[in-house]
Amino acid sequence: MTKHKIASLPFAVWMLIFTILPLGMVIWFAFTDSKGTFTFDNILKIADFSETFLISILLGALATLICLVMAYPVAFIISRTGERVQQTLVMLTMMPMWMNFLLRTYAWMSILEDKGFINQFLGLLGMEPIHMINTRFAVVVGMVYNFLPFMIIPLYSVMVKIDKSIIEAAEDLGSNGFQVFRRILLPLSAPGIVTGITMVFVPAVSTFVISKLLGGGKEWLIGDFIENYFIGTAKDYNIGSALSLVLMVLILLCMAVTGLVDRDEEKGGIGG
Amino acid sequence: MKVLSKVYTALIFFFLYAPIGVLILFSFNDSKSRVTWHGFTLKWYEELFNNDQLMDALIVTLSVAALTAVFATIIGTVSAVGIHSLGKRMKRVFLTVNNIPMVNPEIVTAVSLLLIFVFVSEATGWFEMGFLTLLLSHITFSIPYVILQVSPKLRQMNAHMYEAALDLGCSPVRAFFKVVLPEIMPGILTGALMAFTLSLDDFVISLFTSGSSAQPLSVVIYSMTRHRVSPEVNALSTILFVTVFVLLLVVNIAQMRDDAKKKAAR
Repeated sequence: MTKHKIASLPFAVWMLIFTILPLGMVIWFAFTDSKGTFTFDNILKIADFSETFLISILLGALATLICLVMAYPVAFIISRTGERVQQTLVMLTMMPMWMNFLLRTYAWMSILEDKGFINQFLGLLGMEPIHMINTRFAVVVGMVYNFLPFMIIPLYSVMVKIDKSIIEAAEDLGSNGFQVFRRILLPLSAPGIVTGITMVFVPAVSTFVISKLLGGGKEWLIGDFIENYFIGTAKDYNIGSALSLVLMVLILLCMAVTGLVDRDEEKGGIGG
Repeated sequence: MKVLSKVYTALIFFFLYAPIGVLILFSFNDSKSRVTWHGFTLKWYEELFNNDQLMDALIVTLSVAALTAVFATIIGTVSAVGIHSLGKRMKRVFLTVNNIPMVNPEIVTAVSLLLIFVFVSEATGWFEMGFLTLLLSHITFSIPYVILQVSPKLRQMNAHMYEAALDLGCSPVRAFFKVVLPEIMPGILTGALMAFTLSLDDFVISLFTSGSSAQPLSVVIYSMTRHRVSPEVNALSTILFVTVFVLLLVVNIAQMRDDAKKKAAR
C-alpha cells in the first residue's frame, strides 16, 4: 500500500488551511493590537478574568465529577447485560443528542423554574418551592445533563472488554465488593475514565449557552466572554483571541495532569 | 442487587429523557406556556409549515449536513488511505494533527475558523460569511471522525489481497475500488453517519461561522431563546426526533433479524 502516500496530500492541505493556520491566527491576534503591532497587553489583561476562569473551571470540574459518579455504575450495569439489551441501551444513551442541544437545555428551564415542574410537584406534596433557576446549581445540572452520555459511552466501551471471570476470580478469592472495585474495575477502566473526563470537562468549561439559559446570564463564564468579544456587543478580536488561547492552554494542562494521574493509577493498580 | 441496578438504570434514563418528554408534550399544548397544560392541539404542527424562517433554517441545516457527509467522507477516506501508507513517524504527526479539532474546545475551533474566514474575505473579497463558510467549517470538524472510523478497517485488512489484485492484472485504481473499498465500507458508512449527525447537531461552530445569510436551525433557535422559543420549534424537533428514533429502531431490528438468521444458518 506504499503507493498511496500521495493520498495523504489533500488531508495535509486541508488541515493546514482549516486547522493549523486558523490556530496561528488566534495566536497572532492574541499578541497584537488592533493596528497589528506586537503587544503583551491582551495577555496581561487576562488577569482581570482570573475569577471567571476559576469559576468556569470549578463548575466544569464539579459537573465532570458528578457525571463520573452517575455514569460509572450505569456503564458497568450496561456492560454486564446481554448483547441485544446492550445495543439498545447504548443507542438510548446516544439518542438524546439527536434532539437539539439548545432545546433540551431550554426544557430544563421549564423543569427548574420557580413555577416549573419540580416545584409544581413539590406543591402537590405540600412542600415549599425551592428556588433553583438562575443559580450555579442550575448551570451544573445543565452541564451534567448535556454531557452525561459523553461519560457513559467511553466508560462502557472499556468495561465491556473486562472479562467477567476476572471479577469472579477475585470474588472467589475472597474480595468484597469494594476490593473488586478498587483492585479490578478501577485500574482496568482507567483509560475510559480519562477519555470520559476529557469529553465532559472540555465542553463544560468552555460552554456559553448553559450559563446564559439556566444561569440567567448573571454570572458570565469564560465562553460567554469569548462569544461577546467575537460576535457580541463588545467586538474585540485581540482580547477574545487572548482569552481563547489561555483557555486552550489551561485545558491542555488539565488534560496533561489527568493523563499523569491515570498512569500512576494503572501502576498502583497492578503493583499494589 | 439486580433490582437495585434496574432502578438505578431507569433513573438515569429518566434523567436523560425527562426534558425531551417535556418538549414533545408541550409541542401539543394549546398555549404558549412552557409550564402549564392548556389542552391538546396540533396547531403548532400546522403553523410550522407556514413559518418561513424555520423552514429556511431547516433546509440550510439538512443541506449542510448532507453535503458535509458527502465531502467529509470522501476527503476522510482518501486521507485515511494516505495516512495508512505513511511511515511510522509521519503517521504519528498526521494523527496528532487529526486529533486537534477533537481535543480543542469547540469554541476555540469556532473562533479560529471565524478569524481565518474574516481575514481571507476582507483581504480578497471572494466570499462573505454564509453557506460556504458554514459548510467548510462542518467538513473540517467532521473529517477527523471519518478518519477515525476508516483507519481501523484499513489496519484490519489483509494487505496481500490488494497486492494479489495487482498481480492478477488490476490497475491500482481498479484494485482499490474492487478490493480495498468493499473491505473498509462499514467504516466509511459509520463515518458518513457520524459526519451527518455531528453537522446536524452542531451549534457552537455554526454560530460563529454562519453569518446572517444562511442560518441553520440551531442558530435560529439560539436567537429565539433570547426572547421566547415558539412552540413551533418544539413541533419541528419532535418530528425530527421521532423520525430518527424510528429510523434507528428499524436499523436495529433489521440487524437483530440478520443476527438471528446467521445463528440459524449455523
